Amino acid sequence: MPTTEDLRLRIEQALPNSRVSVEDLTGGGDHFRAEVTSNRFEGLSRIEQHKLVYGVFGDEVGGVIHALSIKTSTP
Amino acid sequence: MENTEIRDFISNAIDENQVMLFMKGTPERPACGFSMRTAGALNALGVQYAALDILPDPRIREELSKLAGWPTIPQLFVGGELIGGCDIVTEMYESGELAERLDVQMPEEPEERVDEAEAAQAPPAHQGSIQLEDRLEG
Repeated sequence: MPTTEDLRLRIEQALPNSRVSVEDLTGGGDHFRAEVTSNRFEGLSRIEQHKLVYGVFGDEVGGVIHALSIKTSTP
Repeated sequence: MENTEIRDFISNAIDENQVMLFMKGTPERPACGFSMRTAGALNALGVQYAALDILPDPRIREELSKLAGWPTIPQLFVGGELIGGCDIVTEMYESGELAERLDVQMPEEPEERVDEAEAAQAPPAHQGSIQLEDRLEG
């Protein structure tokens, strides 16, 4: 089961220089919320920003990770 | 029903309905908090929308996610374009962007969150099931 730390590290690796915090919403290790601040998001629509974050996890979102709530921003 | 038929059905539903919500459960009986909040935002704005429950067949979700490039449910489409899931819809509702996008007035007290109680109270404004379930049985 992924931990908040796993998710945080993977997002940070995929989006270098981003600031990431991940919270386990239910304590069950499958409903997470990630807040990501990255300059990679500049010029992208909100939906494109979220797709970048979802893209880090591929099929795991909807699988092992039941829900990943995302909030994105630029620095 | 073949996967391609499901994909075509989904694709038609997106094209034919100006506001199309794919959700778990129905607006009257949402089966997940995220779907409830998203339907609640639409109900609070009083817009007409079509809703499709993705739960009756796992292939609906698979095909929808492939088509939309978006992994989670709910998914809201306006004018054939993916707006987002619960997070984006909620953010856009609160900022007034969603009302603007849907060309409706914000209800009073726009700063209030669309919580579960509010979602439950708001009258369902959707157009009714589009009956993929019935077609799946054939």
